[in-house]
Amino acid sequence: MSPVQFASRIPLTDYAGVIGEGEIEELRALAKPLAGRTVEMVNSTAVGGGVAEILNRLVPLGEELGLKIRWEVMTGGEDFFEVTKSFHNALHGEPYHSDPHHFEIFRSYNEQNQKRIPLDAEFVVIHDPQPAGLIQARKDGKNHWIWRCHIDLSHPNRAVWNFLEAFVSQFEGAIFSSPQFARQLPIPQYLFHPAIDPLSEKNRELEPEFILEVLARYSIDPLRPILTQISRFDRLKDPVGVIRAYRIVRRYFDCQLVLAGGSASDDPEGVEVLREVKGEAEGDPDIKVLELPAWAPLEVNALQRASTIVIQKSLREGFGLTVSEALWKKKPVVASEVGGIPTQVIHKHTGLLSHSVEGTAYQIRFLLSHPEIAARLGEQGHQHVKENFLITNNLKRYLALFLALDQMAKN
Amino acid sequence: MEIADTPFDFFTVANLTRIGNLSAGTLAELLSGLELCSDASIFYHTFQTLSSHHFLTEGFSNDFAQWVLADANRDALAEQLAAFDIRDYTSIAALRADLCRAVREYTEQHPEFAHQQALERFYFCESVDVTLPFGMQARTLDEFHSGVKRLSHAAFYFHFISSRLRLHLGTNDFSYWLANSLGLKTLADNINRIDIYTNTLDSARAKLLRLVERERRKHEPSAVREPHPAD
Repeated sequence: MSPVQFASRIPLTDYAGVIGEGEIEELRALAKPLAGRTVEMVNSTAVGGGVAEILNRLVPLGEELGLKIRWEVMTGGEDFFEVTKSFHNALHGEPYHSDPHHFEIFRSYNEQNQKRIPLDAEFVVIHDPQPAGLIQARKDGKNHWIWRCHIDLSHPNRAVWNFLEAFVSQFEGAIFSSPQFARQLPIPQYLFHPAIDPLSEKNRELEPEFILEVLARYSIDPLRPILTQISRFDRLKDPVGVIRAYRIVRRYFDCQLVLAGGSASDDPEGVEVLREVKGEAEGDPDIKVLELPAWAPLEVNALQRASTIVIQKSLREGFGLTVSEALWKKKPVVASEVGGIPTQVIHKHTGLLSHSVEGTAYQIRFLLSHPEIAARLGEQGHQHVKENFLITNNLKRYLALFLALDQMAKN
Repeated sequence: MEIADTPFDFFTVANLTRIGNLSAGTLAELLSGLELCSDASIFYHTFQTLSSHHFLTEGFSNDFAQWVLADANRDALAEQLAAFDIRDYTSIAALRADLCRAVREYTEQHPEFAHQQALERFYFCESVDVTLPFGMQARTLDEFHSGVKRLSHAAFYFHFISSRLRLHLGTNDFSYWLANSLGLKTLADNINRIDIYTNTLDSARAKLLRLVERERRKHEPSAVREPHPAD
């Protein structure tokens, strides 16, 4: 087992232009007492998914600050990942048929990985349920173990959570993305917001010519208002509801709708939802349903930047980082009050919240009628992300956590 | 230029948020949470939240007021809670007492709203602060100016706002040092009057730096001395 290698690194100083020199100096001051200390991040995939995306940036930045930080990925067979996928869905509250064999597979792969991964760093951070069983390798009080949960545990399946809780309770603390995702646990629970990288291809500034080129590629008119929802084709993102809201808005404004998401070809339900969406959109050339390649960060960036209003009309949501992506680009956002969205969209301050198709349509009409308010919300939304949801904030929280754990141990 | 015997030590701070076990779905539950939660929780939802939302200079004051407005839909109570100015408080106990009094009086006057379910629950969190020396000291006004300029938002907030709780005085670290170590009482008072509710942290800092620059100019010898007729 070898740690993940990084293809590209963005030096910390590059972030000074975004967050200011003072914040960079502060990161250095916080990291100074931790210089040379060892940190190990463990998750279950090196590519794809939000966790890998964050670790890809976080680990090199931590290294630059003087931490001896490495990232290990646990291994498992197809049977393990099938089990953990069913656990993942069950923890999100979906139906699950309890099977003792599943628990055995989970234990067995975690035991195998305990032998492969060193797990001897002073601070070990285990991401998500898959490697949670690695806690069994912890030697009494030798090092600090933290569980970082990126998923919503507010309504978990009882059997799966009871199984997992036995592992989680052995950690020194747990981190959640939102207070409502947390559980009653006998260990301290901390709040870390997920983060976006302002210098990544998905979020960095783009040349206006490139944005226009992307619009032309998809036959989107840059001169008329563009409403956009970026999300995979999933019923919980309510793409059909978005089309219905758009149709109400169309009675008052000559606008276009863009529904863009990753390819649905590897997701049977996604294919079905995409068909429903295309059916609902049929006959209206101003609705663009775009199935983007699996990883098209620059196109997503361009579509968000070209939008007049960005919508996130989810019925359920984890944290919903696409909202932060839009706010970072100073876009006015209309989004549902679900999951982590209200943390990002503070109603009437950094965007507008809605609870229905009609409410979504009304808020869009309001913003189209009041561009000055839309601009203010976008500007304040950008500041909100800058203050709370950037990768540098995430790094600062980890540094604070390690320092606090050290202090607690000394006391 | 005056040199202080006691230097100003710049600190930096990182705040961890700890999720508590209390939450509220109604105004009655909010009141009971306000009575039971830790001091660190009251601090987090008032002092700390103003720091992370400093860019909102209209209508945002603290998490309790925002929840009462957006989720419990009780504008009048939200207005009362938002009106509390944290700079008036040098103890969490006094702030907690006022918050509780406002919610209690409102629910007594409007018992029909006390148990009405809000759209989303309010989760009590608390702040765990990690403070460290920034590695900078100031003994003169010039050094103070360049130090303040280099601070992060959190460090500036730590010295300018949260310090009121530490000092138990109606002032902040900057003003305290300027008045007591450099004898600049008027400058200290002017800095203490900068309104954090109508300024962002950046604009508050810019105002502070302008006040310091004005003071520096008073102590500078004339840049170009007029030639004396006798020369």
